[in-house]
Amino acid sequence: MRHIISIRDLGREEIGRILDEAAAIQSRSYDPSALKGKILGLLFFEPSTRTRMSFAAAMARLGGDFLSMDSVEASSMAKGETLADTVRVVSGYVDAIVLRHPKEGAARLASEFATVPVINAGDGAGQHPSQTLLDLFTIRQSMPLEGIHVGLLGDLRYGRTAHSLTHALSLYNVTIHTITPKGLELPAGLATELRDAGTEVIEHGDIASCVRDLDVLYVTRIQRERFPDAASYFKVASSYRVTPELLTGTKKHFIVLHPLPRLDEIDPRVDELPCARYFEQSANGIAVRMAMLLRVMT
Amino acid sequence: MKREKDARAGLLISPIENGTVIDHITAGEALNVLRIIGITGSTHESISVATNVESKKIGTKDIVKIKNRELRKEEVDRIALIAPRASINIIRNYKVVDKKGVEIPDRVVGIVRCPNPGCISNTNEPIQSCFLVQKKGLRCLYCDWLITKDITSHII
Repeated sequence: MRHIISIRDLGREEIGRILDEAAAIQSRSYDPSALKGKILGLLFFEPSTRTRMSFAAAMARLGGDFLSMDSVEASSMAKGETLADTVRVVSGYVDAIVLRHPKEGAARLASEFATVPVINAGDGAGQHPSQTLLDLFTIRQSMPLEGIHVGLLGDLRYGRTAHSLTHALSLYNVTIHTITPKGLELPAGLATELRDAGTEVIEHGDIASCVRDLDVLYVTRIQRERFPDAASYFKVASSYRVTPELLTGTKKHFIVLHPLPRLDEIDPRVDELPCARYFEQSANGIAVRMAMLLRVMT
Repeated sequence: MKREKDARAGLLISPIENGTVIDHITAGEALNVLRIIGITGSTHESISVATNVESKKIGTKDIVKIKNRELRKEEVDRIALIAPRASINIIRNYKVVDKKGVEIPDRVVGIVRCPNPGCISNTNEPIQSCFLVQKKGLRCLYCDWLITKDITSHII
């Protein structure tokens, strides 16, 4: 049985296969009834709009159905049932499970108890492989992944999308540039691990000092709750805001990505620039998640 | 006179007739070794412990002798995490009948607690903690947390 739990479990070859499949799907080369008669279980123990909807849409486009848990409050979890039991029970209803859970490692645990494949849709501050795959897919639409320079801007300490992405990028000899407010740097352990794996990680104090060297700027949300008060948040957030003026003189094929939702970190005027790819990135989630479902369910 | 000689010769703990002697334990780790192999004050084994004993091989060492219990290899391999140079001697009728070193296992289950408070292994789920033994340290199977130092402080 095949699960997709962590980007660490997927080698370069497996990632390549999923991205190729997603590309084929996007060019309409897929069987719209490939998962007819199958049911996907969406177990979301944390709020999610786009991940949940895009998995549901991906399943529907492949001819399958989905079952969704209404809310944690209405579930047996509220009665104190363990995740292990929930997963065992739901395995009897569906053909695969997509899980989002606040605890790190929840998807790994679920894969040990489920009798159907499990896809991790985010576990606490841990992994979010479907987001990472769609990030890679979006980059690959514009340029080959090998050897590029990727800037990561924002909250790299708590942002799970950035952690997952750095692991994946390290498979492609990418140079990683980090631009973070003080206290939100990439965890030291992760930075060391990346460097040990041969990935160059360069820290910068501001966007302007490196943006012209970048092929991709990956912006993440700076979470308000990480700051003691609103004033200190706004001070930091405004100094890390991406504006059209900051992006002048960037490389021709340069692109800006964001896992969304965004708050103030990207000026809306950037949306009009050809380098703004975050909405395409979000839409790519459907093809990539279709490829993931096909990978585990067929 | 004879007693003084014995004391000078450094006979710190008496030989055992049957059981297991764990020798060359990293100095100061004897009690942690006992914790890892599940021998606590509430278990019935008769044990002798010597700490900070001089050793030609490793400078100073700890020794643990467990009477009337032969530890299996998989039981003692777990101590390799904190005492990689330990040796295990199985004693029968005062003689060493088997002697082996310890090998670090691929994974350690139920011995170390994940330091990450957000890890699913620190909840009421029906699982034991599980760490993959890697070059850099111990990696939590569930949340990927890497313990690189002070493993003993995380022993359950």
